[in-house]
Amino acid sequence: MSAEAFLTAEDLLTAEGLLAADDLPLLRVEGLTRYYGHRVGCEDVSFDLYAGEVLAVVGESGSGKSTLLSLLAAHLAPDAGQISYRMRDGVLRDILSLGEAERRFLMRTDWGFVHQDPSRGLRMGVSAGANVGERLMAVGQRHYGQIRGTALDWLGRVEIDGDRIDDAPRAFSGGMRQRLQIARNLVTHPRLVFMDEPTGGLDVSVQARLLDLLRGLVADLGLSVIIVTHDLAVARLLSHRLMVMRQGRVIETGLTDQVLDDPREPYTQLLVSSVLQV
Amino acid sequence: MEPALTLTGVGKSFTMHLQGGTRIPVVENVTFSVAPGECVVLGGPSGVGKSSLLKIVYGNYRCDHGAVLVRDGAVAVDVATALPRRLLRLRKTRLAYVSQFLRVIPRVAAIDLVIQAAVDFGVDRDEAAGRARALLSRLNVPERLWTLAPSTFSGGEQQRVNIARGFVADHDVLLLDEPTASLDAVNRAAVVELVDAKKRRGTAILGIFHDEDVRDRVADRIVDVTRFAAAA
Repeated sequence: MSAEAFLTAEDLLTAEGLLAADDLPLLRVEGLTRYYGHRVGCEDVSFDLYAGEVLAVVGESGSGKSTLLSLLAAHLAPDAGQISYRMRDGVLRDILSLGEAERRFLMRTDWGFVHQDPSRGLRMGVSAGANVGERLMAVGQRHYGQIRGTALDWLGRVEIDGDRIDDAPRAFSGGMRQRLQIARNLVTHPRLVFMDEPTGGLDVSVQARLLDLLRGLVADLGLSVIIVTHDLAVARLLSHRLMVMRQGRVIETGLTDQVLDDPREPYTQLLVSSVLQV
Repeated sequence: MEPALTLTGVGKSFTMHLQGGTRIPVVENVTFSVAPGECVVLGGPSGVGKSSLLKIVYGNYRCDHGAVLVRDGAVAVDVATALPRRLLRLRKTRLAYVSQFLRVIPRVAAIDLVIQAAVDFGVDRDEAAGRARALLSRLNVPERLWTLAPSTFSGGEQQRVNIARGFVADHDVLLLDEPTASLDAVNRAAVVELVDAKKRRGTAILGIFHDEDVRDRVADRIVDVTRFAAAA
C-alpha cells in the first residue's frame, strides 16, 4: 500500500491549503505595452512575481528592459496592459487606477527603487542620516531620537561607519553612495524593490561586496525584487528567475541557471556565449 | 519502498543556433529509479551524457521528453514540468546537487558559504555553524582557510568546500558530479564515509564517480548511460 493511502482528507486539505496561500502573486503584469511613436518600447509583457522572488530582466541596450522597469514602477504610463499588486491587506489592486496620492504613498513605503546612479535616488546635499530618516518620516515617524537610531542601525547594515551619519553623500565614494541608497530604500521594509543596474557604475572590487550585501539583505528580509541588468553574472548571483528581452519583447524565461546553462532561443544563446571568461 | 527519484522516458537534445541549428542528441528514453538509502552510480565513457543527465534531474538543463519525479512528502514533483518557484522549493527542501566547480559570490568566507547552505535548508544558524565546522574538519580543510574566500584555494580545497555545502543539509536526494575528482586518497576516503552516512539516514544518491575504488565502495547499482545513447 502506498504512503498516500494513510493520508487523511484533512492532511491533504492542509497541504493544498498551504499551496493555495503560496499561489497568490505579489505582482501580476498582463500585456504591458508602450510605444515611442512608431518605435516599440516594450510589447505585450506578462509575468507573475511571488513574495521573496528575485526576477532579473536581461537584454542589451534598447531591448526594452529599462522601459519595462519604468512602466512597472509607474514612472511611465503604458499604452496598454495591466499591473496588479497585492496590498498589505491582501487585496489585489490595479496600480494604474490608483490615485496619485495613493501611488506616491505606495512608492514611499511598500516599494523601493534603486537607481544605477545613486545621485538620482539620494538627496546629495543633506546628511546620510537624513537621507535614510526622510523615508521614515514619510511613513509618519516623528520622534527624532528614534529616527536617528533607526538610521544609524541601517547605516550599519549596509556597512557604512556610524560616524559618517552627519556627512552628505557628496563626500562618499560610489560604492558607499550605492549602499546608502539601498539603506534609504529598505528602511521602511518595502515588500517590492526595483533595481536598475545597481552595480553598474561601480568598480569590480566594489561590486562583489555590494552583491554579497544585496543578496544577504534580500534573503533576510524576504524581499521581492525586479532587477534590470545587462550583466549575466549579476543575474546569476542574485536572481531566481530570468526574463530575456529583445526588441521590446520577452523572448525567453525560466529559472536563472536553466536559462543561462541551457539557453533555448538563438538570441539567448548568443548573449550567453558572448560573455568573456576570466 | 517508494523510490525517492524516478526517471521515465527522459530525452534531451541541444540545438546550437549559432552553429547553423546543429542538433546534438544527448540521451533518449532514460528510465530508472533510486530508492531512499540507495546510491546509484551513472556509468559509461565520458561524453555519453552522465553530467547532462544529472543536470536534467536538478532542472539545470531542460528536459525535452519524459518525467523526472522527485518525492516531496505525499506528492511527487515532476522537475521537467514544474513551475520555477516549485522547482526552487524542491531544491531548497529535497534535492541538492554538488557540481564539479564551486560557483559563488566572490569574497565570501568558505565557512560562511557552508553555513549559508544549511541555513537555506532551514537549519538554525548555531547548529549550521557547528555542522559546517565539523564537515570542513572532516574534509581536512585547514582551519586557517575557513575565514578566507575560496577563490584563491587549490582545486581540491575548492572541491571540498563544495562537498561540505552539499552535505551540510539533509536533502532526500543528493546528486554528486565527480565529487572526488581532484582529491587525494585520504580525502576520497572521507567522502566515501560521508556518502555512507547519508545512505544510512535514507538519502537517495545519484552520482558520477570516475575513481573505480570509490565507485566500488559507494555504489549499490551502476546504471550504464550508454544504453540510453540517443541516435544522432
